[in-house]
Amino acid sequence: MAGLATVFGSGAMTNSIPEIENNDVLFVIGSNTTETHPIIGLRMKKAVRKGAKLIVADPRKINLVKFAHLWLQQRPGSDVALLNSMMHVILREALEDKEFIEQQTEGFEDLRGTLEEFTPEVGEKITGVPKEKIIEAALLYGNAKKPGIYYTMGITQHTHGTDNVYAIANLALMTGNLGKESAGVNPLRGQNNVQGSTDMGCIPNQYPGYQRVDLAKIKEKFEKAWSVKLSDKIGLTATEMTEAAYEERLKAMFIMGENPVLSDPDINHTIKALKNLEFLVVQDIFLTETAELADVILPAASFAEKDGTFTNTERRVQRVRKAVIPQGEAKEDSWIILELSKRLGYDMKYNFIEEVFQEIGSLWPAVAGITYGRIEKWGLQWPCPTSNHPGTPYLFKGGFPRGKGAFSVVKYRPSEELPDAEYPFVLSTGRQLFQYHTGSMTRRIDAINAVAPEAYVELNPEDAKKLGVSDGQKVRVSSRRGEIVLKAWVSERPSKGMVFIPFHFKEASANVLTNTALDPICKIPELKVCAVRLEPATK
Amino acid sequence: MITLIIDGQKITVPEGTSVLDAAKKLEIPIPTLCHHPKLSPYGGCRLCIVEIKGMARPVTSCTTPVNEGMEVTTTSPYIERLRRTVLDLLLTDHPNDCMVCEKAGDCTLQELAYFYGLRELRFQGEKRIYTKRDGNPFIERDTEKCILCGKCVRICDEIQGVGAIDFAYRGFKAKICPPHEKDLDCEFCGQCVAVCPTGALTGKMWALKGRQKDIREIDTICPYCGCGCNLTLHVRRNKVIRVSSKEDTVNEGWLCAKGRFSYGFINSPERLTKPLIRIAPKESSEFGVRSSGLNSSLVTRHTSHFKEVSWDEALDYVAERLRDIKEKHSPDAIGALASARCTNEENYLFQKFMRAVIGTNNIDHCARY
Repeated sequence: MAGLATVFGSGAMTNSIPEIENNDVLFVIGSNTTETHPIIGLRMKKAVRKGAKLIVADPRKINLVKFAHLWLQQRPGSDVALLNSMMHVILREALEDKEFIEQQTEGFEDLRGTLEEFTPEVGEKITGVPKEKIIEAALLYGNAKKPGIYYTMGITQHTHGTDNVYAIANLALMTGNLGKESAGVNPLRGQNNVQGSTDMGCIPNQYPGYQRVDLAKIKEKFEKAWSVKLSDKIGLTATEMTEAAYEERLKAMFIMGENPVLSDPDINHTIKALKNLEFLVVQDIFLTETAELADVILPAASFAEKDGTFTNTERRVQRVRKAVIPQGEAKEDSWIILELSKRLGYDMKYNFIEEVFQEIGSLWPAVAGITYGRIEKWGLQWPCPTSNHPGTPYLFKGGFPRGKGAFSVVKYRPSEELPDAEYPFVLSTGRQLFQYHTGSMTRRIDAINAVAPEAYVELNPEDAKKLGVSDGQKVRVSSRRGEIVLKAWVSERPSKGMVFIPFHFKEASANVLTNTALDPICKIPELKVCAVRLEPATK
Repeated sequence: MITLIIDGQKITVPEGTSVLDAAKKLEIPIPTLCHHPKLSPYGGCRLCIVEIKGMARPVTSCTTPVNEGMEVTTTSPYIERLRRTVLDLLLTDHPNDCMVCEKAGDCTLQELAYFYGLRELRFQGEKRIYTKRDGNPFIERDTEKCILCGKCVRICDEIQGVGAIDFAYRGFKAKICPPHEKDLDCEFCGQCVAVCPTGALTGKMWALKGRQKDIREIDTICPYCGCGCNLTLHVRRNKVIRVSSKEDTVNEGWLCAKGRFSYGFINSPERLTKPLIRIAPKESSEFGVRSSGLNSSLVTRHTSHFKEVSWDEALDYVAERLRDIKEKHSPDAIGALASARCTNEENYLFQKFMRAVIGTNNIDHCARY
């Protein structure tokens, strides 16, 4: 998100889900959409049925490939080279949108020069994608009228994740594919309200509505609204908090509905870090692996036990409604926060939950026009500044919030930990269709466990043969950080030299293996590339 | 644009519109079992027959495109007699077990039988006998109740793009099944279950939990991925017993296996129900990744490492510890992770708590994983 915010002045999906079916070209890169966003996957299939051309760029032969006109099987971590050589072709064929570049962007000339070296031949050498396919993809995208780009963590979870996002933004900017219906850049958010949590300022450098904590004017605005002195020191990101806890600089943590022990890279490191804390409060609906390390555990209400709103990946604020009474003595998270706040001498008073949303609207104009009454049936997409504004299905109609869209020069940089003689495979982690995230919800569902009972490692048949591993056999996978034993799934899905492990399964958690190396700008860990070794496990 | 007359009312619709859709615009009801607005027309159930002036025989309105000046009659004693016969024939080979059927009260076939007053059946004939034997964990397939409308086949192919099932055999032996009559092995989105007009396809986990007439429906948003699908929770006695989705939503009524079938965690007996305070020192506990089952030792862990306390005790303790650490070190010695599971309002309050009450910007969430 930081990447897109730098380029456009706003970091979110530029288009909306219903617009997908009107794309003439879809470029899906680093997103296993049918498994991670199944219903968006359906819209993509619908677009294909309506005649759109689908380009899928993914190191694995994911299900979406079945519907694709073109599949680019790039090496993990080589996306920048792929995108740069596509742009090289677009410029060579003069398919750029000169008028758009002139009027709405800046920095194009700097970029143009750096793309010269990225010929399709160079692209093929780095990415492993045949140059003919790179050219075909570039021509398809470059000639399209309403192409949409879709990506998820396959793009961002790299030490050069921000560079990947810049490269995607460059591609859309140079072809003028922004600010119009269906065409745009669309990061698909992975969790029900991850867009909302970011919007609400649960990030260390920004208040609600992407307003920076280190700008005096903004700080004053929030100080006035909240009647309290605030800090202008940018806080720590989640990954930095783990480090700070590990080094005992951070003394206490309050974790609400998160399970970093399983979701963060390098589990053993995370556990040690959390154990180092003087005081840990975990507020959750289940006794998660993180809660087991807590000093106090507070039982929270689930989504079905409270009223409020979620904001989905397309910026749509939708109503969440209470359907059942919380289990046992579990309480709404809002109640818990207000009670604690009162005990610490700061009494936040709200008569009903919509008053909180009204306060948000008073501090962030983009949602000021949204009321519960207006979203009774259909959610509204921000920006929605006034009570008669219809919401905004696609962004940047008539210009970018930061003025001009900024091109960024992006150099190809290999991943931090590459395979070598000792650890010859590249490991990517991710989700699969049935389980969800750390499994604290889905792994409690019998039917889900029946179809997705255990961890596995996806392994190419040629690699399996070389290792002497057959389908279903147990293998030991090890990295510089740890090792796990799990079943091999011998399949044509991963490319040669690459393996994939879903991270839902605590008994063989992929994050025992992963690398904590971070992207320097947005501090995202490199979960999509690390080096591992495989060997048949004895039992 | 084409103008036609339906039951004496004039209407103008785009070329290519079916007579059924044109009638729908006039809010003239025509019964159907095999039609779905988002699927290709099929013309299988023969219930949507209408008379068109100049045509010798009734035609299926779902597969007949409108023509200029067409005069359509959607109901007449003759048409209704034909429809009644069609239903009669369907029910002749349908298990007469509405009293124990999951679908009762929400079943199109039952509804039509009611309105056509089909108490006694005119025909006697062989009944299809099939044993229920699909071992998949999600979808109950009761082939005896299948009327071969083909909606499930079309939705699986046309919307989901999976094609897990199709028609097999012919005539009386015709049925819908996965390849080689194996157990269903698919994405288990349950789209087929959602469109089935009878009790042939139901959710296995719905069985004996309560029928439609007993439930309260509450519209909300899915708690899983970022698509933001609209869910309708079906609640009986403070339990979510079923999930569905309405058609006019951002997800067009479609759901995935998680959205449709993974609601069981809400009423799970493993939910945390009391505030807990640690009593055993951390060093003495076993932590981290367990190799055995998911909740192998949940109970002992609860009782040996934590004690149950009242909310007042828990909150007083948390407040006291946070105040101490803030005073002893600094506000920046405290950090917080908010949750992408929680609502906007809760996330807003949480960051406000950290910034205004604790005094630090150390707040983040899982956007990076």
